[in-house]
Amino acid sequence: MSSNPAKTEAAQPRAGLMEKLNLERYGVYYALVVLLIAATFMGWPYFHTPANLINIMRQASYTGIIALGMTFVIISGGIDLSVGSSAVFAGSLGVILMNHLLGRGMQDSYSFLALIFVVMAVLGTINGLVNGALIAYGRIVPFITTLGTMSIYRYLSLYIGDAGEFAARSNLINQIGMSSLFTFQFAGSRVSLPLPVFVLLVLAAMLSFILNNTRYGRYLCAVGSNAKVAEYSAIKVQRVRFWAYGIIGTMVGISAFLLAGRFGTVSTNNFGIGFEMDAIAAVIIGGTAMAGGRGTVWGTVVGCFMLQIIQNMLNMAGISPYLQGVIKGIVIICSVFIQKQKQ
Amino acid sequence: MTDSHHIIRIDRVSKSFSGVPVLKDIDVGIRRGEILGIIGENGAGKSTLMKIISGIYQPTSGDVYVEGEKVDIPDAIAARGLGISLVPQEFNLVRDLPVYNNIFLGAEILKPNRLLDKAAMKARTSELLAELKVDIPPDAMIENLSSAEKQMVEIAKALAFEAHVLIMDEPTTMLTLHEIDILFRLTRKLRDNGMTIIYISHKLKEVKDLCDRVLVLRDGAVVLDSPTAEISTVEMAQAMVGRELGTLFPAKTSPSDEVVFEVRGLTVPGVIQDISFALRRGEILGLAGLVGAGRTEVAETILGLRKKSAGKIFRDGREVTIREPRDANEAGISYLSEDRQGSGIITSFSVTNNTTLASLRSYSGRFLGRIDKKREAESVRRYIESFHIKTDNADKRLENLSGGNQQKVSLAKAVDTRPQVLIVDEPTRGVDVSAKLEIYSFLNRLAREGIACLVISSELEEVIGLCNRIVVMREGAIAGVVEGGAMNEEEIMFLATGVREEDISNAS
Repeated sequence: MSSNPAKTEAAQPRAGLMEKLNLERYGVYYALVVLLIAATFMGWPYFHTPANLINIMRQASYTGIIALGMTFVIISGGIDLSVGSSAVFAGSLGVILMNHLLGRGMQDSYSFLALIFVVMAVLGTINGLVNGALIAYGRIVPFITTLGTMSIYRYLSLYIGDAGEFAARSNLINQIGMSSLFTFQFAGSRVSLPLPVFVLLVLAAMLSFILNNTRYGRYLCAVGSNAKVAEYSAIKVQRVRFWAYGIIGTMVGISAFLLAGRFGTVSTNNFGIGFEMDAIAAVIIGGTAMAGGRGTVWGTVVGCFMLQIIQNMLNMAGISPYLQGVIKGIVIICSVFIQKQKQ
Repeated sequence: MTDSHHIIRIDRVSKSFSGVPVLKDIDVGIRRGEILGIIGENGAGKSTLMKIISGIYQPTSGDVYVEGEKVDIPDAIAARGLGISLVPQEFNLVRDLPVYNNIFLGAEILKPNRLLDKAAMKARTSELLAELKVDIPPDAMIENLSSAEKQMVEIAKALAFEAHVLIMDEPTTMLTLHEIDILFRLTRKLRDNGMTIIYISHKLKEVKDLCDRVLVLRDGAVVLDSPTAEISTVEMAQAMVGRELGTLFPAKTSPSDEVVFEVRGLTVPGVIQDISFALRRGEILGLAGLVGAGRTEVAETILGLRKKSAGKIFRDGREVTIREPRDANEAGISYLSEDRQGSGIITSFSVTNNTTLASLRSYSGRFLGRIDKKREAESVRRYIESFHIKTDNADKRLENLSGGNQQKVSLAKAVDTRPQVLIVDEPTRGVDVSAKLEIYSFLNRLAREGIACLVISSELEEVIGLCNRIVVMREGAIAGVVEGGAMNEEEIMFLATGVREEDISNAS
């Protein structure tokens, strides 16, 4: 009996520290710091160079943009497996339209590309809303719906392109795809932020605002936590779900435009392959609950960077890209396992 | 402690849920071959105690002895091994499987080649059912059975596992008079064959007729333990309530004559029939009836959660169309759900986010729906103060609050939509006495402010103490309306069951 009070007293301050650390909320940021330190040592002297870090961020940003939308979908209690196929579909149709218009004498200009950007974003949104309509109003489970459209969007693209690729006839889109913003001096060298990284950060700020400060964001968490309570609370549950897929569709369209610019072409048989895997992985590593109801957008951004850092480390260590896929799978399973332990 | 005529001995058992004590130092011996009645109000701890004996809950402190030996009962399978079987209030039967499969679910009889020995299971099921003198074919599907027949299957299941102790939780709520008669005869026969039966009920007459001994629980403690022969039902009721009925409730309100809400001929086929009633400004109207009488279904139909085939809803004399809860919300109707955690609150949400969930539109702009968090916090702070919600701060998740405080948040959420009509369904289910008092006085205050309240409750004293009038339902229809001097338990039970209580005692 006499040892008991002492024990509880000793446990008190420790509980306080754990609370201050708030692992559930900030755990992913601590993990990022640990990973950065580890990578700096393991990848010495190349990892920490600005060029390498910028490259990591660029590579993370294409699926990162899609992962932002995936965060919303997973918070709503759903999943979207069709993102890679939707990207190639929106990208193919967008490039076909672009080439067609250029062929009919349209000027290759920034305003013309702005139009193409909007077209791809809208096409992506439509793809997403088709999923959303089937899930919210057709009441088909998200996994099956998006498994189906994953196949539909991919094979429609392959059919249209005869399994080949659509090369963009615009030189400007290539320039945009490779462009950078905000050149500044860092650690003795000139660095600038690649456009897709900038887009990722701006979109993350917007979606984070929507999630935390608007009615839609609150409803999204409510629907994902307990759809019945949401329904009883006069929330249009199906409409909230529907738009979550619309949002991820828009992200897919934007990502498709940036990727088409990066490669100058949309290859119907390997553009977007494995995007769903990377996006879902980033969301999970970022601490969003797989069961829905809560998550953070910035956690997902960090999750994307972490995945890319791990890949970068493995590349530098000369590990086969096939084994890298194995390790990615292990990282995803581990992060879900850790999530389960916390509950 | 280990006297031989006690088959189960509960020794200073306590149980708390997230710090809230539900059972306090319970000391009870259950004798071999008796029918022990356990009675108490909702939330008195009856079910919790039985769940400890049947392995569903673990006691926070104290021990359980079976046949004189101290035992741990980690789960229902362990309880079954000790010969303890629970016949739950809501049956644990798989609807799509036949009777024999249900009886042997999880303990199937196998042939030497590890395949199911259906013939043996059917034969054994026939034996068991014959022993109970009930006429159910072993391969009948559960979904085709009546409530009483399902109960017989549950009992047969207990017998199949050679139970020595059978716990029946409110077994007669769904039964007709004739079926109750059969159940009572069977129960006595089982006792005469040496079975020990624990009978949980809130029907005092039944307990008096059937049981050898009665145990009364109040607020988690045993307040009375007596042979039924030596005690009247009135004394049981006094022990259960433990106080004068009147003192719990604030003085009744005096409603105006102005009708603010009315339903006419509300019908959902097979669920509710031709429901009509009117609510006046400042009135508290009770909706009473047995479990399954269709009270919650009436509320769900008003909210548009069930499709009505006929009927009209009027607000301030104008007909309103309600297709979904959102329409009800806009018509100034708010609902507090009976199923707090299932459809009332989100346990992983904070106090703030729960309180404003249904009323978020009034805190957010039209453009983008940006939430005015300052105004939201201010409003929630006022609810925490006026409802005495015990929480460290408004960001605390509801899963860390007690049931009573969760219920107050749920009520705050229902009220924050500023309704003119408030429907509360089992507003005090699973909350302690002090929270009950606060909820009563709060409902009373709302009525005085001119809100019309519809109170759905299974606790008769609650509707009697709180309401101006009481609508009583039976089998999906309105059986009658009582007011004034007719508002007593006997009259309401008569309307709810269609039978005078004296008739039950004469019948059995």
